[in-house]
Amino acid sequence: MSKGRWRRFRFAGLAVYVVIALLAATSCGGDDDESSGTTRESTAASTAIPGLGANLDEIKQKARSEGMVNLVIWAGYADKSWAKTFTQQTGCKVVTKDGASSDDMVDLMGSGAYDGVSASGDATLRLIARGDVAPVNFDLTPNYADVFDGLKNRSYNTVDGQGYGVPHGRGPNLLVFRKDKLPAGTDSWAPVWDGSQAGKLSIYDNPIFIADAAVYLKATQPDLEIENPYELDQKQFDAAVDLLKKQRPQIAKYWDGTTYATQVTTFKSGETTVGTTWPYQTNLMAAEKPPVPVASVKPKEGTTGWSDTWMIAKKAAHPNCTYLWMNYIISPAANAKVAEYFGEAPSNEKACALTKDKEHCNTYHATDEAWWKDVYYWDTPIADCGDDRGDVCKTYEDWKAAWTEIKG
Amino acid sequence: MRRLSSFLHRHPYGRLVGLLAAPVGWLVVIYLGSLALLLMAAFWDTETFTNDVVRNWNLDNFRQILEQDVYRDVALRTIAMAALVTLADAILAFPIAYYMARVARPRTREILVVAILTPLWASYLVKAFAWNAMLLDDGFISWFLGPLGLGPPGDKVGLWLTFTYFWLPFMILPIYTGLERIPSSLLEASGDLGARSLRTFWKVTLPLAFPAVVAGSIFTFSLTLGDFILPTLIANQQFMGTVIYNDRSANLPVAAAFAMVPIVVMTVYLVLARRLGAFRAL
Amino acid sequence: MAESPTARLLLRLGSGLTLAFIYVPLFVIAIYAFNENISQTWPIDQYTTKWFRIAWEDDEVRSALLLSLKAGLGATAIALVLGLLASLAVARYDFFGKETISFLVILPIALPGIITGLALQATILNVLSPLGISFSIWTIIIGHATFCIVVVYNNAVARLRRVAGSLEEASADLGAGSWQTFRYVTFPQMRTALLAGGLLAFALSFDEVIVTIFTSGAQQTLPIWMLTNFGRPRELPIVNVVALFVILVSIIPVWIAQRLTREATAVGGTAAAAAGARQ
Repeated sequence: MSKGRWRRFRFAGLAVYVVIALLAATSCGGDDDESSGTTRESTAASTAIPGLGANLDEIKQKARSEGMVNLVIWAGYADKSWAKTFTQQTGCKVVTKDGASSDDMVDLMGSGAYDGVSASGDATLRLIARGDVAPVNFDLTPNYADVFDGLKNRSYNTVDGQGYGVPHGRGPNLLVFRKDKLPAGTDSWAPVWDGSQAGKLSIYDNPIFIADAAVYLKATQPDLEIENPYELDQKQFDAAVDLLKKQRPQIAKYWDGTTYATQVTTFKSGETTVGTTWPYQTNLMAAEKPPVPVASVKPKEGTTGWSDTWMIAKKAAHPNCTYLWMNYIISPAANAKVAEYFGEAPSNEKACALTKDKEHCNTYHATDEAWWKDVYYWDTPIADCGDDRGDVCKTYEDWKAAWTEIKG
Repeated sequence: MRRLSSFLHRHPYGRLVGLLAAPVGWLVVIYLGSLALLLMAAFWDTETFTNDVVRNWNLDNFRQILEQDVYRDVALRTIAMAALVTLADAILAFPIAYYMARVARPRTREILVVAILTPLWASYLVKAFAWNAMLLDDGFISWFLGPLGLGPPGDKVGLWLTFTYFWLPFMILPIYTGLERIPSSLLEASGDLGARSLRTFWKVTLPLAFPAVVAGSIFTFSLTLGDFILPTLIANQQFMGTVIYNDRSANLPVAAAFAMVPIVVMTVYLVLARRLGAFRAL
Repeated sequence: MAESPTARLLLRLGSGLTLAFIYVPLFVIAIYAFNENISQTWPIDQYTTKWFRIAWEDDEVRSALLLSLKAGLGATAIALVLGLLASLAVARYDFFGKETISFLVILPIALPGIITGLALQATILNVLSPLGISFSIWTIIIGHATFCIVVVYNNAVARLRRVAGSLEEASADLGAGSWQTFRYVTFPQMRTALLAGGLLAFALSFDEVIVTIFTSGAQQTLPIWMLTNFGRPRELPIVNVVALFVILVSIIPVWIAQRLTREATAVGGTAAAAAGARQ
């Protein structure tokens, strides 16, 4: 009998051994990083990707055998109307995954399962630092030559002189309000912050929204001396967080990149009367039958915005199709289509002539650089304030922790 | 084949190991191993900018979730909701389970079981978005309650309704099975001894069905505890699942540390449930 | 019957209300499949059947459906084997750690999906990726199989408890080896329980989304496809159409599973009584 008892213990012991062995293996073996390499690229990163053709002809050939491209996108960036044309021209099927937010996109790219991403400025630098994306060889994307100069060589898409993607287009975060509930000439963020529409707010659900609070404080509390809403020191940050905590009970419903339809519905029913939005939703609201009675505007205090960049994964499984997509999406015809569909300013100058609405580029200020002066593109908050304050600014980690606390 | 067969016949322990090797091996290596991997991260740090996990062992994450009020609030809120949902489901499930098990004719019973099981095939997501739409100000629920003079339910009530709806079949089935197992002879005997139907129910049926209720509650409790889609969608509220989900990329160590809370809660719950006989009633 | 007529009436009423509660939202889903607009106010402003045609022509739906079916079959197969083995061990033997096995088997489904999902993703990213294995249908299958084991296990153990082990002892006494006993005595009695368990496991895998989010990488099972398209307001009603289709089609396997478990109860009647008395 004692022999039998021995055996039973051995059985349990085997299980424990397996677990320990696994722990040991993973601790000593590969990295526990979510990113791919152990070294961080600091200088002259290579644009080479395994399997990528050396010239345009080779790329086109190899793309046919690849047959598909896996992209992480903002919903609406790869609608069938132009994705189908791309597939017909290149033989690459377009498979997409919508990111709910920039965090989501960084996370998805970290899995290594995707070829490319349309990253906003608050995602690009993180992706570059994690080594998930490769610099782009612009010789292989000829349409890049026609992109507006104002979108090239920006801090969020160029590192150490190397460009990491092709600019997609840009847009502002807008104030949207019900025309019958707020005065027609409303041009300020005040209703979103001062409690006059308490219980009826529709707000973007992401830590980056702290920057919007900072933008408002920049205009209304100049003694805080906020210059860049993404570079907030402790005092400025606390003020923004306080403002957001005051706003929290006034919010009727949050929205993000997966709940556009909800925002449309809440504005239609009047459950929300004012909030932040993207032109995409205002287009949807206008397309309702009957149209939702809203107006949208860039408020006088300025606003946050986004300038998106198409980037390619360093370990892309379909690099040739991805390069063809990057070139295609900034080609005049496709860029015009997506700019109109989503409601943003195109990145290619020649697209302006091809939009269905001839006034599109004017309406969206595609060539008016002055208009974008008070649009603060999404950026990644880091400790280095970038000015004489030094390294005291709050990091994205702080923003995330604060957001959790604000939501309560 | 024959020799292996007779070897196994003479060594019951060998048979046992042979039977258990695959399932236990799979669960220990794949499941417990993965859990260990995740939970190890709770003791590590993140690099601020890239969100890489850095392996310096520390307890900062635990300190953070203990010190910051929001984590405690979220945990309590989630547990409270799980308890309320379990209660509501138990109350809603019992009548129909009892009806199916002891009153309905076999034909009706069959139809009812199919009727209860079919909605499980309706996609979780579709039901989630349907409830989201129904609970909006101009949605189905307001339209339905309008004539009764009631307005749209608040966020919390709406969420509670939604959770109750989703996990109801998981409560009905175990209770049905448990009630079905009670021999009619016991209930007849109780009647013979002078107890009226209500007393029989209270003193005989309910205690016998209790393990089944606990078995069902494992699911309603656990599913509510970890859900991260419904709280955000329906109520814009943070629950344990949503906090873990939101922190998973930018701050995996904190998410992993906070994930310990539902694991501990569920482990305690499972141990209690086993004591109450729920495992036999599953 | 031990229940009074009032009790029975109340029960009927209660059951009716519960059934209504369960089915009204499904009815709402069905109606939204005909919604012209993308906003979801009630009642619907305009009706249309265009979404049915659009869904039919959508090849993304078809590939997602195919992937879900394949993953479901794979996960069910693994769950059947592992669940069967575990159930035989637990129901027919006494050993140290027996209760722990039940605990271990139920853990993947008792712990919140997000934890299981994150844990599996951690393994895929940190253990499998360096080895060159990345997200594929197999990572999906492994994830699903892990929490499907318990469904098969429960059904199998319940059946084995109802069916006396004496039959197997008799078979051994008559000279049958382990495999023969299993093949000719144990397995036939368990067939229907395994089928029912398998069907439930398939249902579980088919509709699973939370763990799948973390184990699928870029692939789209049907639930992942739905999740993607919920964020695309212009394609939202297609999802309702597909959901409606799945609900209607799934009545068949559910019905079959129900018949299987019901029949077996009748067959194992006397053995069950004996087993029940022993418990």
